[in-house]
Amino acid sequence: MEKMKNEEMKDLILNYVIKEYLEDEDKEITYDTPLISSGYIDSFSMVSLLVFLEKRFQIKIPPSKASPEAFDSVNKIVELVNQFTK
Amino acid sequence: MSNAGSYEERLKDFDWSIAENELGYHKGDLINIGWYCSDRICLKGKADKMALYYEGYDGIEKKYTFNDIRLAGNTIGTFLRNLGLQNEDRICLFMDRIPELYLSFLGILKIGAIVQPLFSAFGDESLFVRLEDAQTRAIITQRKHLPKVRKIIDKLPFLEFVIIVDNDQKKTLEKKELPFDLESASPVENFEIFPSVAETPSLLHYTSGTTGQPKGVQHVHYSIVSQYLTTKWILDLQDDDIYWCTADPGWVTGTSYGIIGPWSMGITQCVLDAGFSAQTWYKFIEKYKISMWYSAPTAIRSLMKAGEDIVKDFNLTSLRHLASVGEPLNSEAVIWSEKVFGKPFHDTFWQTETGSIMISNFPGMKIKPGSMGKPFPGITGAVLEPKTFTPIPDNGKIGLIAFKPGWPAMMRGYWKKEEKYREKFVNGWYLTGDRATIDKEGYFWFIGRDDDVINTGGHLVSPFEVESALLEHPAVAESAVVAKPDEIMMEVVKAFITLKPGFESHPDLELEIMNFIRKKLSSMAMPQEIEYMDKLPKTRSGKIMRRVLHAKEWGEEIGDISTLEDD
Repeated sequence: MEKMKNEEMKDLILNYVIKEYLEDEDKEITYDTPLISSGYIDSFSMVSLLVFLEKRFQIKIPPSKASPEAFDSVNKIVELVNQFTK
Repeated sequence: MSNAGSYEERLKDFDWSIAENELGYHKGDLINIGWYCSDRICLKGKADKMALYYEGYDGIEKKYTFNDIRLAGNTIGTFLRNLGLQNEDRICLFMDRIPELYLSFLGILKIGAIVQPLFSAFGDESLFVRLEDAQTRAIITQRKHLPKVRKIIDKLPFLEFVIIVDNDQKKTLEKKELPFDLESASPVENFEIFPSVAETPSLLHYTSGTTGQPKGVQHVHYSIVSQYLTTKWILDLQDDDIYWCTADPGWVTGTSYGIIGPWSMGITQCVLDAGFSAQTWYKFIEKYKISMWYSAPTAIRSLMKAGEDIVKDFNLTSLRHLASVGEPLNSEAVIWSEKVFGKPFHDTFWQTETGSIMISNFPGMKIKPGSMGKPFPGITGAVLEPKTFTPIPDNGKIGLIAFKPGWPAMMRGYWKKEEKYREKFVNGWYLTGDRATIDKEGYFWFIGRDDDVINTGGHLVSPFEVESALLEHPAVAESAVVAKPDEIMMEVVKAFITLKPGFESHPDLELEIMNFIRKKLSSMAMPQEIEYMDKLPKTRSGKIMRRVLHAKEWGEEIGDISTLEDD
């Protein structure tokens, strides 16, 4: 798979987060909005986000790396994904 | 010196009148939890003492004195009463951990209505079955949760009012919806509190069982007697403590020990409405100088995973006493907390049905890491032989945890499920549904559930509810749900499914089904893993054998499979 550009990746993840996890339609989030520490995504839901990332980017993120801190914003998620894509 | 002093001394001549006397309650008096948690504290000269420090994920801070919470309870009570809401009406709280959640709790009780707290992460289906069952008349919620309410409101004829506490005019309100803004409402100084008595209903907490829909556990105002004394003796709250209970009031810990216990004692408590991260939590403890911390094993194990180095970045010397609830606290977590915080977490055991702590590691008592501790004074606890339901005399033998009924906070029934309630009592014992052993010194040791209910991160999930919801997905033909072991959450939900003709397991289907359940039920009910099967193990009469799948997940013996249907 051709490596996706960071900007494309950010938009893809941001759109997915908005579609799947944000019930408050008035709320606007950015690439830096805290996702886990804000409570938008809880620790149980993190698993579905992890599955999405692994499937979409064809990577395997080990449990030790899938921490609340690493998932806490779109920018941080992109950093994490980049560690595992060639 | 702890509040309780010697456990052995407390066992002698124990009587719940100790708590009644301290609360100034006499048999036959009026008793209202809303009044006890606010007005009474003000009358005792603590009107200006801080009752609540709140911090939101976005950094918003708010604080309320006991006089503030008294006035807020009056103001909310007046608003509800003016709508025609009254005693015994069920009013649902469906909010994140914002101040209005805690303050509305008092207001509802002050008008004699029944609080029905529901976890705000519930999806629309979970919300619907609980509101329908309780025939709830009003729901107090936030703008962000309104879409879930709107999805189901047409199916809820009894629901007359949807009260939104943070409506900012951006959203056009629809039928039955009305705004309420506490900050702009005129504070109500004088309020006629409903003359509730000991057995007047107070709370309806929903809990999941193995089969059927969730059950509404009914509590009464007299529960405060247990909750007050267990808070004082086990959580050991003292007048100058700053207390943090990390539980959400959607669950019983968040009401019994996140509202009633501390406020009935006039204790300052802190609320953090933010998701979990080790840094956020430690920073919160440091900032508010929290001295008593009541948390859960999943959170403690998550902190362990974050490591010890991060702890050194914070000054946590304010911590004086730590306790835990929700699932068994593993010995490693107790030993770790002693090493890192200089204090062990004290495990406590109780349930939605018991209303207050039943077994615990008392402050000052020798802690055996991994043990649940001993029954609270006044509580007769035993492990019963599963066939005869009589106490097991031999130490170390596994049996069913049971208690002699009669403590003040014990549930008074399951809402409209009298038979289910009666089934909880055998031979004069209340059966918890959990298994344990007792050692020769009288310490209880948790073994596991006696049914298929999944305890994930301290939340009980009914496999039946998840299986039913899975069948509503267009691709799913059959489903079976069991617990899967998990290092942090203790157990997580795992689903086994077969697909309908025309559907094939493709990479996105698993994710689609996970999100389907998350939105419909809740994030904790979402299967963390889905396994496709050609067929599910069933008895010859067609009943799915969950235990076969459970044994596979846990690496246990499958046991008798003589009733398993042949290929």
